[in-house]
This record gives sequence, structure tokens and C-alpha cells, in this order.
Amino acid sequence: MSTKTRMSGNEAVAHAIKQINPDVMPAFPITPSTEIPQFVATMIANGEIDTEFIPVESEHSAMSAAMGASAAGARAVTATSSCGMALMWEVLYVAASSRLPIVMALVNRGLTGPLNINAEHSDSMGARDSGWIQIYAENNQEVYDNFLQAHRIAEHRDVRLPIMICQDGFITSHAVQNITLWDDEPIRKFVGEYEPEHYLLKEDESMAVGPYAVSPYCMEAKKAQAEAMKRARKVILDVAAEFETVTGQHYGFFEGYRLEDAEYAVVAIGSVCGTAKDAVDAMRARGMKAGLLKIRVFRPFPGQEIGEALKHCKAVAIMDRAESYSSQGGPLGAEVTAAMYRAKAQAETVNIMYGLSGRDVRVEDMEQVYASLEKLADGKISFPEYPYLGLRDGTEDLLSR
Amino acid sequence: MRHLTEIRWHGRGGQGAKTAALLLADVAFQSGKQVQGFPEYGPERMGAPITAYDRISDEQIRVHSNIYEPDFVAVVDDTLLHTVDVTAGLKEDGGILINTVKTAEEILPLLKGYRGKVYMLDARKVCMATLGKYFPNTPMLAAIVKISGVMDIDVFLREMETSLQHKFARKPEVLDGNRKALKLALEEVTEWQ
Repeated sequence: MSTKTRMSGNEAVAHAIKQINPDVMPAFPITPSTEIPQFVATMIANGEIDTEFIPVESEHSAMSAAMGASAAGARAVTATSSCGMALMWEVLYVAASSRLPIVMALVNRGLTGPLNINAEHSDSMGARDSGWIQIYAENNQEVYDNFLQAHRIAEHRDVRLPIMICQDGFITSHAVQNITLWDDEPIRKFVGEYEPEHYLLKEDESMAVGPYAVSPYCMEAKKAQAEAMKRARKVILDVAAEFETVTGQHYGFFEGYRLEDAEYAVVAIGSVCGTAKDAVDAMRARGMKAGLLKIRVFRPFPGQEIGEALKHCKAVAIMDRAESYSSQGGPLGAEVTAAMYRAKAQAETVNIMYGLSGRDVRVEDMEQVYASLEKLADGKISFPEYPYLGLRDGTEDLLSR
Repeated sequence: MRHLTEIRWHGRGGQGAKTAALLLADVAFQSGKQVQGFPEYGPERMGAPITAYDRISDEQIRVHSNIYEPDFVAVVDDTLLHTVDVTAGLKEDGGILINTVKTAEEILPLLKGYRGKVYMLDARKVCMATLGKYFPNTPMLAAIVKISGVMDIDVFLREMETSLQHKFARKPEVLDGNRKALKLALEEVTEWQ
């Protein structure tokens, strides 16, 4: 059923693409996602898969070609990072509103500037309103498993939306770790063939993709798109349940780690959650009821479930790896806090900015976050603004605030 | 053996420190361990200082931070001793391995009073005697496995044999040189302190 091996996050995504054998992959290289099209192109050259690889001259063209392929009725994938996705910006919205189930491997890297190549969520968080489904991973195993589920979610007739499968640049994309790979045959069966109902190359059915919509129709189209995103909630859970029967791996909207009885919780996305789990165990060993809520699905946003899961906590730290320059904190902070308010959760909250441009986060840093939550609940400290974690210049100690 | 061993590599872009770190993760995996091997990236260019890391454990590795208190450090280029704080956080019950042609009297004063074990390897000598070309990462890999004890030497040599046969499937003529480089490095690594 499976093979235990070791590979990097980028290799894991490339292996998923190999098992899926999509019809078309247009891509343009950008650090740290470059390896993905590089590995896939090698597989094609070696005759392992028969995907049509389209080397394009920019990411705008990569997403445009993916749109063209998808609209024609093909299964299309691409990979990018940071400024590469920024150059796709216009087309991201067109792909989503045209309801084209493109699958994108996004290796998260900060948007410039200052120019930097390391992990940050400013690329995908900036595209959170583009209409794409977004699923995040803590490690190589999760990004592999998420990618295998992507087509099933995106192509489902109740959804028909593009999806980005995200992982942290370098931290997981370039780290070699143990991983379990699932056998080809059950995975091929699970992923299945793509059989779109409507597509440009369908005989005897003429259709237009992406035409102008006048005001009396345009708002209805957007509402229909929003409804599809709502329906994606159920599809994501159904696909995860089926994936579990094939692989034994359990996935949901989020993972609660020692969260059930937690008084102090951290909410975060991505690789930092592995580090936070070690901190949770360390704080538990010292007698603190610490827990973690790791968000896997950010679009659609499972606000109600998150609010309910945090209801019993005394204090919650919401961690953002992307500035929004709103002067109020980051995107995760805003959405989780709103979800908690709607669920009538009473916990104190603090929105913490961390890990920008790959700034390293140690277990000790996360322990400090938990320690500060206890003080926050006891009224011993307050956070008038949203603090930064791990800054070099004096404010690095959260407790000193 | 401790259940988690953390190793930090210092090298210069182009010397193969990252490759050595990934190879170590690879062979440790083959011996049944949980592993994590990863580079720390800055502006990439030949000759610039680079760092790479290995975690080798009997249990699942969840942490995703760099390594600040390594058990062992491998320095692939001794000119880094002047500019990089290679012993920063290095555990005193661990050790440091330095690739150098210099003497203990020249090198030890550069280690900022580090009191743990210090080992040297003349990787160039090993390479020239076995490969005829300077690829310091292969001998350094053998030496760090020996001094750290992260895996049994015989298991290491067996897994490297598989790995080398795969890597050099189309260049079988370099296989013997690599085998000899590993074995000679195991003999040549010297404890200075």
C-alpha cells in the first residue's frame, strides 16, 4: 500500500504530479518552487508521464495557458512562488470566476521588498480574495497528501474552482524528511479521470469562457461563485474522508493538537505548527494546559468551526506570517478574531506577527508565546498593538511589553 | 546514543556542504532513523558562507527551526574560522570537525575557547589520493559519521555503497575512488583535543 522514504516538500509535490499525470503543465521558474517544474519536466523527458509541459515566458502566461488548457477540458497544473504569483494576479481572478479547476503548487515566499527568497505567506494571503481555494501544509507529508486531494476538490461539480496547495518555502520545500508515499494504483483510482461537463473542445456544444458580463448579470455570477466556495466546505471534508479510507491519513479543516482541554491556544498556519507542537508538549510538561489549532483550509474559511474550537480557551495567540499594513495586525488575526466574536468566545486574544522573510522561529520562541498568554489572561500584561515575535531590536521579548 | 543528534555544517557555496548534509540525512534514513536535512539560504553565489543542518532521531521530527545548539559541527573550509562563529552554541560534550591542512597550534586559538572535542581531517589529501579531484564533502561525511556516532560505520559504508552505485550508475569508473575516499577519511580523521 505504501513506501516509507525521504524527500523534500518540492520532491513530494513532483511525485504527486507524477502519480496524477495531469494533461498540461505550463510553468515559469521562480525560487523556491523552481524544482517542481524541473522535476516534472525530467519525468516527462524520461517518459514516466505524458503531461504536456509548456515552457512560458512569464507567470502571467503560465496562468493564462493553464486557463486555456483547463477551459479546453484538460487537467491543468502549475507551480509558482511570491512575485511569480503576483505576476499572475489578474489571471488568478479570471481563472476563479471562469470556474476553472486549475491546481497550483504554491511554495510560499514573501513578496518583495526588501528582496528576499524565504518563507512568508504574503503571496497567498494577498490572493485570499481571488476566489481560489487555499490549503496549507505543516510538512512534506501534508503537502503531498493535500496535492493528491486537490483535483478531486477543485473539479467537483458542486465546486469548480481553482485551488492552491501551499507549503512554506525552503522550510519544507527544501528540507528532506521522512515521508510515506502511497502506491500508484490506489492513488490513480482515488484521483480518477477528469470528465468535465462543459468545455471548449466538446463537440456540438459551443460556449464562451470569460465574456463581458453586464451589470444585470455580473453580480449574480459573483454570488454563484461565492456559493461554490461555500459548497467546497462539504466537498473538502468528503474528499478527505475518502482519502482516509485509501491511506489512513486524517485531514479536516484544521488540526487541533492537545486543544480539547487547552486553556491557552495558538492559531497558526504552516511549518511553524510543528515547532509549536514541541512547545505545547514542553508547556504541558510544566503544567500549563497549552494547545494548538493548525489551520489547513484557509479558503473557504471555516470560521464557525474555529470559533467553536476556541470557545473554552482563556487566551489565544493568532500568528500571522504576512503583514497587511493595516495597523491592526495580519489577515489571520482579523478573520480568527471575527470568528471568535461570532461564536461568542470570551478568550483574550493577541495577534502576533512572526517569521517574516524566513525569520526563524524556535521552540523557545513558541514557549514564550504560551507564557505570555498566561500573563495576558491574568491581566498582568496587555498588548495595545500587535506584537512582532523575534525582532532583533529590543522588542524581541514579548514579555517585556 | 542520544535519541536526537543535531549537526550543523559550515561551508562555502560550491563546496558541497548542503549536499553532504542531505547525503547524511539520506544514509541515516536508510539505517532506519527519522531525519531532517536542510540548507539555510541567503544570496546564493560561489564562495559565500553557507550553513546546512541535520537532525537525526529515533522519533518523529516536528520542529522546523535552524539548529542553535548542535551536538556536532562540520567546517568544510577553514577560512570560515576567521569570519563565522562556528562554535556558537556547540555543546561541550559534542565536537567539531575541521577540514584543514593547518596545525592544531594554528587552528585551536580560532575556536574561541571551545572545550569540547576537536577533530581535523585533511580532506584535500584524502581526495587527491583517491579521487584525483577535490570534492571535500565525501570524506567530511565519513568523518562526521565516525566522530558523531549517529550510525554504525559498517551500516554507513553499506548504505553509501548503495547510494554511490545509484548516483554514479553512468560513471562506474569513479565508484572505486569514492569507496576509497570514505575509508581513507575514516582512517585519517584525527582528534586534536
